[in-house]
Amino acid sequence: MTTLTALCTLVAVGILLIILIYIAMQGIGSLSFRFLVDSPRPVGEGGGIGNAIAGTLVLLGLSAAIGLPFGIAVGVYLSEFGEGKFGSLVRFLTDTLTGIPSIVTGVFVYTIVVVPLKHFSALAGGIALALIMIPIVARTTEEMIRLVPQSLREGALALGAPQWRTTLGVVIPAAASGIATGAMLAIARISGETAPLLFTAFGSRFFSYYLDQPVASLTVQIYNYAISPYDEWHAQAWAATLVLMTLILSINIIVRIFTRKRF
Amino acid sequence: MPTPTLTTRIAVPERAGVSHSVATGASTKIAVRNLNFYYGKTQALHDVSLEIPERIVMAFIGPSGCGKSTLLRTLNRMNDVIPGTRVEGQVLMDGVDIYQPGTDVVDLRRKVGMVFQKSNPFPKTIFDNVAYGLRINRLTASKSELAERVEQALNDAALWSEVKDRLHTSALSLSGGQQQRLCIARALAVRPEVVLMDEPASALDPIATSKIEELIVDLKQRYTIVIVTHNMQQAARVSDTTAFFLLGKLIEVNSTEKMFTNPSEKLTEDYITGRFG
Repeated sequence: MTTLTALCTLVAVGILLIILIYIAMQGIGSLSFRFLVDSPRPVGEGGGIGNAIAGTLVLLGLSAAIGLPFGIAVGVYLSEFGEGKFGSLVRFLTDTLTGIPSIVTGVFVYTIVVVPLKHFSALAGGIALALIMIPIVARTTEEMIRLVPQSLREGALALGAPQWRTTLGVVIPAAASGIATGAMLAIARISGETAPLLFTAFGSRFFSYYLDQPVASLTVQIYNYAISPYDEWHAQAWAATLVLMTLILSINIIVRIFTRKRF
Repeated sequence: MPTPTLTTRIAVPERAGVSHSVATGASTKIAVRNLNFYYGKTQALHDVSLEIPERIVMAFIGPSGCGKSTLLRTLNRMNDVIPGTRVEGQVLMDGVDIYQPGTDVVDLRRKVGMVFQKSNPFPKTIFDNVAYGLRINRLTASKSELAERVEQALNDAALWSEVKDRLHTSALSLSGGQQQRLCIARALAVRPEVVLMDEPASALDPIATSKIEELIVDLKQRYTIVIVTHNMQQAARVSDTTAFFLLGKLIEVNSTEKMFTNPSEKLTEDYITGRFG
């Protein structure tokens, strides 16, 4: 039994390692400082992914700003007050939402945001990514808050704390590192999304800091370069993939440092 | 906030406050009148009437499931948080029914502190744990007063000397016995009038238990204490009066000395001598 499970683990981790190493090998060649800060140029003139890195950070920040408060609030609601039929319904809907293909979310946001505003925008991209985040964050938050022992709640209530203060002051802090881990996983998940951005943030070949304008992202750039017929762009796509991977890794590490168990 | 204690104390006629306990002659702090308690359809307490005199230690004993913890939790309305529960009858504190509509439960719980079976310090520092009740109830005017009250509460719980050099470290780094005394300090910090203890030493080793017991005897100078315990020796050691429960009914309440030497009821005698339970 031990041998079998260990073997499966080894295979899974091994494949992951091979992918990581392959990306690193393919990508490292085109990586340079100029590549990280420049905008894209026509084929043969080099160029970089600076605007895509900036755009991805803008999109992630925007979607986290929209998605995390909503997701955490829904999770708190489900765990603290979601016992009845309505709670079960919300739980079922969040589970269903988690399974919706992200391209559908993209098209949906295209219909309700891009079409009325008449152009692609960073805001639409942020909303699309936030919609993907909310159910993930909601369910992990709920699970984490459920792990907080009932005795802690009773301890606070017995000291005369009203329900809302108990939830905000004792229960959520006790679950904070778990909630942050869930949020981190959700951010890591959406930072790899391409499909919902094709119809919303669209992509751009320039630096753009306006939320109502199209914005570049690493994933869309990788997609565009990967389907192009040019070897140079293929190489740049590999390098951009390496950058994206490093970015996700850094987000993970940073959040882990900030949510280290202090108690 | 109005001052409910003052007005209600004046408004309520003497009749509720003058009854005296057989055991000590002190005036009644809490009077339970014909209390029935239900978890959904299951009735957990049957027509319980009981008077708890001021500044004594009263022990609730009885086998598991006899309703002693349930009764304890009705005294600060902690059962309110369990869905599907229902209360009939009255619980009078200083003559005022705590179940009457419009009762300020938050104020009640400030006056009736509680220590739980399993120590439940918040995942905060030692200082913040003790300060929690003071902070949420806004009981202190300044930082220095807060620090003073925290020190005093830790002193009252016989924990100060052990933690004074690490007030700002995690409460979870304390030992089990220390954590339980921290929870007692946390309850004492808001200066309650009554302290409810639900088997406070059942998870502790003998040394930690004896510390808690000494503390209880110490505290009755200033507080009315109600303690639920499985341990009859403990009831005999710390309490002045003892109430014996069986299957949700109050069988006997008497001075602890009489209860353990010459109980009035046959059932009590059978339980205490270990014939069942």
